[in-house]
Amino acid sequence: MTTNNKSKFAMYWAAACGGCEIATLNIHEKILDFDANFEPVFWPVAMDGKVKDVEALPDQSILLTLFNGGIRNDENEEIAHLLRHKSQILVAFGSCACQGGIPGLANLSSLKSIFEVAYHTVSTDNPQGIHPGSSFNVPEGELHLPTLYPVLKTLDQVVPVDYYMPGCPPESEQIAAVIDLVIGVLQGKAQLPAKGATIGAGASTLCDECPRKRDVKKIEKFVRIQDLKTIDPELCLLEQGIPCNGPATRNGCGAVCPKANAQCIGCYGPAEGVADFGTRLMSALASVVESKDPKEISRILDGIPDPAGQFYRFNLAGSLLRASKSAWKNE
Amino acid sequence: MKQRISIDPITRLEGHGKIEIFLDEAGDVENCYLLIPELRGFERFCVGRPVEEMALLTNRICGVCPEAHHMAAAKAADAVYHVDPPPAAKKLRELLYSAFYVTDHTTHFYALAGPDFVMGPDAPVAERNILGVIRKVGLEVAGKVLQARKHGHQTIEIIGGRKVHPCTSIPGGLTKGITEEQRQEIEKMGRWAIEFAQFTLKLFKDIVLGNKAYLDLILGDIYTHRTYYIGTVDQNNKVNFYDGKVSVVDPEGNRLCRYEPSEYTQWIAEHVEPWTYLKFPYIKPVGWKGLVDGKDSGIYCATPLSRLNAADGMATPRAQEEYDAFFGTIGSKPVHQRLTTHWARLIELLYAAERWVELATDPEITSDQFHTVPTEKPTEGIGIVEAPRGTLTHHYWTDERGLVTKVNLIVGTTNNYAPISMSVKKAAQSLIKKGTVVTEGLLNRVEMAFRIYDPCFGCATHSLPGQMPLEVRIYDVSGKIVEVLRRD
Repeated sequence: MTTNNKSKFAMYWAAACGGCEIATLNIHEKILDFDANFEPVFWPVAMDGKVKDVEALPDQSILLTLFNGGIRNDENEEIAHLLRHKSQILVAFGSCACQGGIPGLANLSSLKSIFEVAYHTVSTDNPQGIHPGSSFNVPEGELHLPTLYPVLKTLDQVVPVDYYMPGCPPESEQIAAVIDLVIGVLQGKAQLPAKGATIGAGASTLCDECPRKRDVKKIEKFVRIQDLKTIDPELCLLEQGIPCNGPATRNGCGAVCPKANAQCIGCYGPAEGVADFGTRLMSALASVVESKDPKEISRILDGIPDPAGQFYRFNLAGSLLRASKSAWKNE
Repeated sequence: MKQRISIDPITRLEGHGKIEIFLDEAGDVENCYLLIPELRGFERFCVGRPVEEMALLTNRICGVCPEAHHMAAAKAADAVYHVDPPPAAKKLRELLYSAFYVTDHTTHFYALAGPDFVMGPDAPVAERNILGVIRKVGLEVAGKVLQARKHGHQTIEIIGGRKVHPCTSIPGGLTKGITEEQRQEIEKMGRWAIEFAQFTLKLFKDIVLGNKAYLDLILGDIYTHRTYYIGTVDQNNKVNFYDGKVSVVDPEGNRLCRYEPSEYTQWIAEHVEPWTYLKFPYIKPVGWKGLVDGKDSGIYCATPLSRLNAADGMATPRAQEEYDAFFGTIGSKPVHQRLTTHWARLIELLYAAERWVELATDPEITSDQFHTVPTEKPTEGIGIVEAPRGTLTHHYWTDERGLVTKVNLIVGTTNNYAPISMSVKKAAQSLIKKGTVVTEGLLNRVEMAFRIYDPCFGCATHSLPGQMPLEVRIYDVSGKIVEVLRRD
């Protein structure tokens, strides 16, 4: 159905919240440049487009696909395979596709326990203990639901990915910059980075772009943010005792949360060269602790109330751990 | 011949919604199922997390309305710590929330609902989209719509730290306040929003109320359901989005109760069906009687129309005038004709804009007293706000360290799952008779049934082109496709 020379574009959400789409729409006037160069062929939030239409396209005919969301069920995975076949450039877009994101925290729990909680809450009236399943016979016929996987997977755990674009969601300015880059490539004025690279983000840590000043002061304890009488608007949050994920997190967002007196929660994922976010953060936090005594260090680190959440908040599914044993075994 | 009609996927709900219609031997609708295939497990995996993080984690339930989850979570965490944030903190949160409402309702009206009314429900499909709206009402309107969205996001970012997924609410208040310079900027944008809301209401009235055919459609029977209605009200029983008690009225308009957030389990319960992941909430004392309306069925609705029905008025002067005009024109209360929800949404848009300016000009709003340190032992807490798509309830239990031990969430759209299912069924029944499927009609009417509620099943359903392309496949009893109907 292409009647012009525009390059084909696709954007899809799997297990996601829609924030990536909103951030993309928030590029404002850049939408016009986008429109001049791309023809969206599949973008459920913004336009018509059916899986069937994508199936009918020749392989590799979509130039650029931004895929957001983790892989939570068989339907997510089928569409990931389909878009991989049809796309020249497949980008894992946003924290969920890159690293699992917040929905990836489900990997700490078994699917069984997720159902046991969801269908037995204090307001749920479920005397027969009904749990929905992937197929069910109603009087008129059989109904089907997608089958949930025991663990959420990142996009590159099911298909090869060309580029990674982190953020929850990626900042609109970064999205605009990536669109500019691809347009530059189309016009022969720019080159794509090496396959496997992270795009739309920096190559160091959040601390490098955070305007807060660091006195390289050591801390004697961690504090919860609500327990601080005042948050110093200029001093490093970590030096105020707030467990900030900045030292392990990739830069590129502009340090928006620390600028608003809120700690970095790590949505841009592991900094360049960091194999495992949690391990890096643990050593970074340990290094600000005012002690050389392992026992004392351990006591101070105990001040972090939820280590699993702190160290793997956005990246559990993409980490070396990936999931808890109970999730794998579905117990 | 027995037939089955699948509407799958429901686009911008792609992967997030599916309709199955079964016909009987005579070719009439036997039953209709709206399936929601999503379950992410927030209620399970938030267990173990520090309660102050819930306002960051639950944002990620929905990237379209993260502000609603952020606020409900913040209020629930305040309640867990038994801490009352200082007035400036509550006002700043509500200010952010008012700007969010302007953005959200604007997007819905112009991109989704607008085309049905501005272009008319029977206009050619090619015209029934946002581009058609722009052609009809003028290009400058598009500029205004973008401006309204931009102003809203700017205000959200100034107070909430980010445009998507705000990060500044913590137990006891906020991490930061605003400066006088920021206040002036916010006030200016709010004043512009009031004018924009008035312009939008005038547009709606000129085009819709000035046209008898549209008026007949609105007041007709096609989406009329006599259900209960709920919505949050302030101490004067006026609509409030951020705080108050939840008012419940029966189909005759009698107030059943005004429940405190802490009392919600006495009034609301959720029914489970084995063929869908989403639960069906209902008014508990009335009970679950299946997908039927009337006073004996506990099914309720939580939408802009519900909020107007469940309240006694609006708390700002211009919105109050519009409220009176709304019920005066229709001539009854509660209003059961669901297509009027679009009108109700615009009255809320005006209220949100007026409230935006009220709060931006409040002398306390630039106070540096924006946080109270919690001192009491954390236990259990409930936070309720009105999300644009319905009453949003967050309920947390924690241990003595403030680590979450249990979570219960009833999110906006979930409230309306039963009424949406009923509207879809009614649309199908009115258009499929004796095996004859009214092609275009079916697709349009099913689509309109959805739009009334602005559903957010996968959490994000806003669509720019303003039309819902659909595909209907009709199978014979052996499962063979006999016809495919498309509307692109």
